[in-house]
Amino acid sequence: MDNNQYQQKDKYQKLVEKRAPKPNYWKNGIWAFGIGGAICVIGQCIHNKIELIMNLSHLDATNATILIMILIGALLTGLGFYDLIGKKAGAGSIIPITGFANSIVAPAMEFKREGYVFGVAARMFILAGPVLVYGITSSVIVGIIYYFYNS
Amino acid sequence: MGYFNAFIVGGFICLVGQLLMDATKLTSAHVLIIFVTSGVVLTAVGLYEPLVKIGGAGATIPLPGFGYSLAKGAFKGVDQNGLLGAFFGGVEATSGGITAAIVFGYLMAIIFNPKTKP
Repeated sequence: MDNNQYQQKDKYQKLVEKRAPKPNYWKNGIWAFGIGGAICVIGQCIHNKIELIMNLSHLDATNATILIMILIGALLTGLGFYDLIGKKAGAGSIIPITGFANSIVAPAMEFKREGYVFGVAARMFILAGPVLVYGITSSVIVGIIYYFYNS
Repeated sequence: MGYFNAFIVGGFICLVGQLLMDATKLTSAHVLIIFVTSGVVLTAVGLYEPLVKIGGAGATIPLPGFGYSLAKGAFKGVDQNGLLGAFFGGVEATSGGITAAIVFGYLMAIIFNPKTKP
């Protein structure tokens, strides 16, 4: 490519950026806040119920809550409702743990026709994999630092 | 009161994520990774624990809560088993969530088919 073509490409890139629709910060923010908050309130409800009925400790109740929220997120994704919520809520549906379940089920369903090994099982981790990689690696690093800091 | 706090804290964490996605050109995958890692780091420096105390599920349900569990588990492991505990502890504390995500995720993906997009 000669210099002229580069310039044209640059011009085009600037035009695209100028014409791309600007996100509505207020509207998106309020939706994310509302839906994200609501999902957490549902989680708190489940947490309180579990703590009361099953007589679990606070930490066990928290783990059980996360389990149930993952089940709900996976089920709603399977039924096709979670994507409808996600269209409006954006990060409000992605950041809660139900969104983590969504990120597993959605691609797994989508690639079912590629088979149960390279389709479903492999694609499950297309988003969840990176989350686990960075989460677990950073926790190990933090743990090692904690060990040497204390000794 | 607990529900109100959960709403505010949980909503605020999601709001930060939305602003991050809108203002920068980060994809949702990048935001998820940033949130998990920052959950681990914030727990390590002791800033996330108060948030969990105030917000309850509002702080443990969003993804930084996953990082919080990982970091807490790693610390607990180090306290019990020394240096090896840094490797055992994190996943041990979050094993329920990870297993649930894999098993339920797999089951739902088998049972249901994707809806045709309108």
